[in-house]
Amino acid sequence: MPNLEHPAYPAATLLHLESLVPCRESQVSLLLSIFGERHQFSFPSIFIYGHTSSGKTYVMQTLLNTLQLPHVFVNCMEYFTSRLLLEEILIQLQSCSSETEQTSHVPCDSFNDFVRLFKQAVASQELQDQTFYIVLDRAEQLREMEANILPAFLRLQELTDRNVTVVLLSEIVWELFRPNTGCFEPFTLYFPDYSIGHLQKILSQNHPPEYSADFYAAYINILLGVFYMVCRDLKELQHLAVLNFSKYCEPVVRGEANERDTRKLWKNVEPHLKKAMQTVYLREISSSQWERLQKEEGEPGQLKGLSAHTHVELPYYSKFLLIAAYLASYNPVRTDKRFFLKHHGKIRKTNFMKKHEKTSNHLLGPKPFPLDRLLAILYSIVDKRVAPTANIFSQITSLVTLQLLSIVGHNDQLDGPRYKCTVSLDFIRAVAR
Amino acid sequence: KSLRVYLQQIQEDLNKQLFDNLVSFLRKSHSEFQEKTTEWTCRMKAREIPTAALVLGVNVTDHDLTFRSLSEVLQNTVTPYIAFLEAKDCPGIKNLMQKLMGQLMNCNIDVDSLEDEDYVQVSQNRVRCSMTSLINWYENVTKKTDSETASKKRTSSSQHWQSPPVVVIFKDMESFTTKVLQDFIVISSQHIHELPLVLIFGIATSPMIVHSLLPHSVSSLLCVELFQSLSCKEHLSTVIDKLLLTTHFPFKLGVKVLQVLINIFLYHDFSVQNFIKGFQLCVMEHFFSQPVSVLCCQLEDAKKRVNPLSHEQCENIRRLPSFRRYVESQASEKQIALLTEDNFLKETIQKLLEDLNVYHENYISVLRCLHVFTSSLPKYPLGKQIRELHCACLENQVWETKEYESSLQLARMLNKSDLETMLQQCVEIFVSSPENEFDKTVKKLKEFLTQFQKLEDAFQERDVSVPSQKELQKKTDLYHLQKTLLELKESRRSKKLTKFEMLRFEVVDYIDSLVRNYLVPADHKTLHEIVYFNTASVLREHLNAAPRIALHTALNNPYSYLKNQALKSDGGSISNKAPDICIVYKLHLECGRLINLVDWLEAFSTVVMAGEGLNADTASSDQVDDVIHARFIRAVSELELLGFIKPSKQKTDHVARLTWGGC
Repeated sequence: MPNLEHPAYPAATLLHLESLVPCRESQVSLLLSIFGERHQFSFPSIFIYGHTSSGKTYVMQTLLNTLQLPHVFVNCMEYFTSRLLLEEILIQLQSCSSETEQTSHVPCDSFNDFVRLFKQAVASQELQDQTFYIVLDRAEQLREMEANILPAFLRLQELTDRNVTVVLLSEIVWELFRPNTGCFEPFTLYFPDYSIGHLQKILSQNHPPEYSADFYAAYINILLGVFYMVCRDLKELQHLAVLNFSKYCEPVVRGEANERDTRKLWKNVEPHLKKAMQTVYLREISSSQWERLQKEEGEPGQLKGLSAHTHVELPYYSKFLLIAAYLASYNPVRTDKRFFLKHHGKIRKTNFMKKHEKTSNHLLGPKPFPLDRLLAILYSIVDKRVAPTANIFSQITSLVTLQLLSIVGHNDQLDGPRYKCTVSLDFIRAVAR
Repeated sequence: KSLRVYLQQIQEDLNKQLFDNLVSFLRKSHSEFQEKTTEWTCRMKAREIPTAALVLGVNVTDHDLTFRSLSEVLQNTVTPYIAFLEAKDCPGIKNLMQKLMGQLMNCNIDVDSLEDEDYVQVSQNRVRCSMTSLINWYENVTKKTDSETASKKRTSSSQHWQSPPVVVIFKDMESFTTKVLQDFIVISSQHIHELPLVLIFGIATSPMIVHSLLPHSVSSLLCVELFQSLSCKEHLSTVIDKLLLTTHFPFKLGVKVLQVLINIFLYHDFSVQNFIKGFQLCVMEHFFSQPVSVLCCQLEDAKKRVNPLSHEQCENIRRLPSFRRYVESQASEKQIALLTEDNFLKETIQKLLEDLNVYHENYISVLRCLHVFTSSLPKYPLGKQIRELHCACLENQVWETKEYESSLQLARMLNKSDLETMLQQCVEIFVSSPENEFDKTVKKLKEFLTQFQKLEDAFQERDVSVPSQKELQKKTDLYHLQKTLLELKESRRSKKLTKFEMLRFEVVDYIDSLVRNYLVPADHKTLHEIVYFNTASVLREHLNAAPRIALHTALNNPYSYLKNQALKSDGGSISNKAPDICIVYKLHLECGRLINLVDWLEAFSTVVMAGEGLNADTASSDQVDDVIHARFIRAVSELELLGFIKPSKQKTDHVARLTWGGC
């Protein structure tokens, strides 16, 4: 395992840093060597990508904080327009070195302004002899802003003529970023997913103070055995570990088993974890409800998950409208006559189905249909006479707002609107019952 | 009006349970936030945004009221910081944030005193639309209120805690775009440590929508708890129970009107709000159209109002069909007196009104009593809900219907314990009824109960009659078998009934007699027109409009609206006196999906020419007159405007029909 070494920083700090970023030593050392010493110019832009919760944000934050490098850290998701983003960078920049000075609000509408203000801000402070870091988290949002933002950030060093490095963090690869017109290529760095061994190591690092590290490590081992198949998200795993730990400890607390009795503990907790996988992990049951259940020793069966409440109560005609819409969506128009007319003509059995129609319509998804067809089917499936009142039409619209139907195209209402039925067969079965 | 207050009260009561749950959820949700979070579990656990999924049912029109009262409740108990977001205001995350901050910071003005208003106004238009400014605002506000309470030692404002949660309510979850919701949740989850945010999703369909709208990575940031509101059907039955089946309100709905309202509810919208609006419309229509509705008020007032009635009004009353029936049933000299002497009439009216009042009170009690019986019968021959029973009783004499017959049959087969509990319930109903006419009834019912009690004591020595079935075992031919079977049946029918069965018959007969006495349909009562509103057709026209049919009648039969004698036609033929658009419309009804404009024009000019006389065809039969051509073009474009046709690209010189069939 490579020990972090760098001439610019004291060894103690580096050791501390290493303990904070387990399993990411190689990336950190690479970054350190790119950064160089404080006064050295570094690479203008660095692009770091990796899957969800592979430690990109965490590593960058700890790295910059422990080494006390001047930086701003901005989440592009949160500052969703370019103006907000640039202003936020400037505000953080102002406050990061000079806390005494009252931060005044400076309007910054364009990148040009930003460059000017950035130069001012850097010049006014003692940052000239250090590399300044701008970290843009969730950088994929930059693509949705004005076209000049991303290329400009990539060559900010050149534009401002200051010692600055922009670090972009993203979950997607650089190829998806590259604008058509071309741009400065950043240095790309990949953070690979944590392996199961890594996860084990990281998760067991934070053991509760009441219990020994080994005990907790054994628990994490069991947990990973259950959840690793479905979930490799470190945050999620940590959350689940905390939620279910009390159950694991139960026999120990009651005195039925000691901390070494792994097998017994495993037997106790394993079905519980499996249940958790079906409920809490899918957010069928909220975590707080799950905790309450654990305390009360109740059966999770009492508490129905979100998906259990699928039944939707609909007014009488809405039900029929929905069924009619479903029929219109999944039956070809040619069959309408056969299905809904009392005295239809002879059915020619031969060649009735064309070849491509042999595949189930359910695999092809719903097809759009005009309003008139919907009403015609409605009239034929409802026993009584239905007057085409305003209420019926407003019911169609309200079905659209409930997302049970969807309108196709943005035509004028007068122009014969077309709809699609978006609900599943199971739903329709439940409604039709 | 008191009616509205009364209804509001009902609704608040109904929602109370739900709101209590919600409030306790909100209180709990950020209690951890209040306490120090040094504990290991708290530190390690990912912070989730507490979220309440509020399933409100598909009656979207009712939601507004629910949310309004919810916000009131929250404002009074939990937090002043509430923001309502609607999908139509939030097409993007930017608009959402703007809306959210606007609402939250405005409420800030309300809470604080007015002295720093100018400060707020300055910052208002310049405030940055981001989470940071929201957090700063929140810190400021909580700090301010803290110091305020500390300095003034006021207990009134300490109803909220030190850092009340910020509640964001998404009124219509389904209509929000996925992206906006996701962005908002991701952003706010990053600041949950600084800003105690609670989300409330108003869901109309099913809580599944949370999963279908949000991917797992986002929904894992939420801690969703489910809250279900009362189903709208139950809501309606409570409203009917409290509104129609009481004597608080002199105004009553006739059976047809009630059915129209209930049908609109069940078939179309499930909206209690609309039901109430319909009811209010009935009240208005009744007092507006029925001249004798002057007397539709509480009994004491009505009595007072009878005396100053003018002669005209007396005549109005004499004209009422129910009153005429009453007069005809009287002796001849009394008839004359009723029809000629106003004073005598007034006295009679007072008496009749009193009768009517008594009838209502009795009616309601007996109806509830009957409902106790019928609602527990298998298959519910008279309906499960009391409203169905009410309709049946209003419609005609209920004891003559088949359903009543069958339900009595079933009631005769009830077992003892059921019967006892029912009787007990009936006794309670009668005791609680204001009228003291039921003293005897109560006594009688109690007697039944004691008899049942006695039966139980005597249960042991009840003789067990075993009908010998051995005869059946004997080998006989078919004829004999049939005979014995018939005999057996006969004997069973005439078989001596057990004491319990006798008593059961007695009870059922007694109930039957009550029903026959008290559940007379209202329109058999004299002067029922005063309090009952019965013109269902008016209501249907107002509430269940049929625009397509109206258009069709207007165009197909212009006489029905224009009332011009010349337009009166016998149907089939196309009159040339009708407006151009009607002619064009009628001609287009005869066409298929695509209409050839040239043919249409020719047909049109033929029809028009037929009326102009013979001078037209002498000029040039193949050349269409310019004026007629222009008229045709105008009529066709009017049809296009009404949405009957549209220009088609499939064929040149053709237009497509957008409707089909007769309308």
